[in-house]
Amino acid sequence: MPAADIAPAATMLYVENVTMRFGGLTAVDDASLNVPKGSITGLIGPNGAGKTTLFSIVSGFLKPTGGRVSFDGADVTHLPAHELAEKGLGRTFQIVKPFAGLTVAENVAVGAFLRHRHRADAETVAERVATRVGLGDRLDAPAARLTVAGRKRLELAKVLATEPKLLLLDEVLAGLNPSEVRDILPVIRGLRDDGITILMIEHVMQAVVSLCDRVFVLAQGAVIASGTPREVVADPRVVEAYLGKGAAARLARAEAADA
Amino acid sequence: MRSSLRPYLPVLALGVLLALAPLLLTSNVALNFLAVTLIVSLAAQGWNLLGGFGGQFSFGHAAFFGVGAYSSAIWQMRFGLDAWTGLLVGTAMGAVTGLVIGFLAFRAGLRGSYFALVTLAFAEVFRVLANSSEVTGGAAGMLLPLKIGAGNLQFSDRATFLGLVVALTVLVLGLVQWIRGSRFGAQLVALRENEEAARALGVDVLAVKLKAIGLSGAITATAGVLYLQYFLFIDANIAFGTWISVEVLLAAIVGGLGTVLGPVVGALALHGLGELVKAAVGQLPGIDLAVYGAILVVAVAFLPGGLVGLARRRAAPRQVRKAEPEGGRA
Repeated sequence: MPAADIAPAATMLYVENVTMRFGGLTAVDDASLNVPKGSITGLIGPNGAGKTTLFSIVSGFLKPTGGRVSFDGADVTHLPAHELAEKGLGRTFQIVKPFAGLTVAENVAVGAFLRHRHRADAETVAERVATRVGLGDRLDAPAARLTVAGRKRLELAKVLATEPKLLLLDEVLAGLNPSEVRDILPVIRGLRDDGITILMIEHVMQAVVSLCDRVFVLAQGAVIASGTPREVVADPRVVEAYLGKGAAARLARAEAADA
Repeated sequence: MRSSLRPYLPVLALGVLLALAPLLLTSNVALNFLAVTLIVSLAAQGWNLLGGFGGQFSFGHAAFFGVGAYSSAIWQMRFGLDAWTGLLVGTAMGAVTGLVIGFLAFRAGLRGSYFALVTLAFAEVFRVLANSSEVTGGAAGMLLPLKIGAGNLQFSDRATFLGLVVALTVLVLGLVQWIRGSRFGAQLVALRENEEAARALGVDVLAVKLKAIGLSGAITATAGVLYLQYFLFIDANIAFGTWISVEVLLAAIVGGLGTVLGPVVGALALHGLGELVKAAVGQLPGIDLAVYGAILVVAVAFLPGGLVGLARRRAAPRQVRKAEPEGGRA
């Protein structure tokens, strides 16, 4: 994978030759990618490719075995998660982590307290953010009572309340039905329009194609392709990563035979 | 301004109620009961800050209780200094002990039962040390010389002392209520609910836990000093004994984990029932402990929010029902 082909000033996140080994298992293998400021960048790949591990490294939850992570022009490889959040790098979790014993408003306020010392300010921000993701009428509901879709929205609201510059979204659409996906796409697009840079792991290709400017494909820990969503899905290496070796050729033969 | 004072109303109401007690009660038995119960409830408030709000269950809060009591006793008897500064020194030493234990345990990432065991170990080590060291009076304990006078924190009548205990109880209740509404409080509760999610939202988990255990240690140590001033005697098995570690967590759990009034309500209920049973059954040694055990089982099984939670559900059954249906927005 060539190093960044974009000027550093325009790069929000730059992951440089990051490797993560757990004992004998290499979860992330010399992966490099960059996320331009103001973009929505996708990170796709088959299950177990190392996408979430890479997110954990970028967000400071794991220390990589090798490589560097730069965020907004500064090396942040060794910063802990809470300091990264303070610098403006927010993340959601694939397996949502609501503060189950608290209400929706209290959940979101925890995020808002990062930039607002006083409760009244934090509550105002929390209410605004919750309303924005469509939880405005559920403010006083216990988080534990939310539906799957509600919890996904809450996960998003909590991190938005920290006012991030870069947002790492880990499968925010997984588990939602098509109409729920349709509801939340404009919300994500709206965030980008507000100037938040987004890097998203997503399996819902409809969303990837409609949202992402650029996509990186991770397979067995390595970045095997990058480009626009359409380029990437047509790439034989990507097809093979998902469907197995030789699949692209077989598909091509089958299509030729049909024609 | 009016709305920002509203959360303090229950604390004020309970404070007024407690403040009336020393004026109305005349029987020494009742005054004694209330003084001891409130001292335990104060220690329990310290436990509740760390365990109830922060989710870090300590099984060794005796460590703080004893450090408070012994610090003040040593301050007065070995250094010949006065009891009021002894109260401050005891409190400060409780905070320091909390920070040291917290630093060792939380930096190592100990949680749940491991943290509980480490706190228990500290309390036991302190107990053994206090029992054998000369400066703490060894197994004989420490007997404060009787010097009645407000300057020495010794009062000839129980009602005055009770007034002091009530004042400190209400002060700490107010402090906890304030913490509950603060950023620190929100972060503390967040890390109880989910530590990783809290970190992702910028919560410095170690710093928040240290603050909590420091405050917790200070509050429980204050209770230890009051115990010393009330009985004028401590030994290792009283000050660092398992009894206080158990009573504080019982009071907090029965009263309502992570609620402001829980520890006070819980301590009053536990001790009240214990005394009633003792009076009913007669002098059967340990009967109150059996009652505590039974109450704990009942509370854990049937009262998820403790007595305070029960009262809240009773008071607002409608609101709870309103929140019941799923809020799906398909």
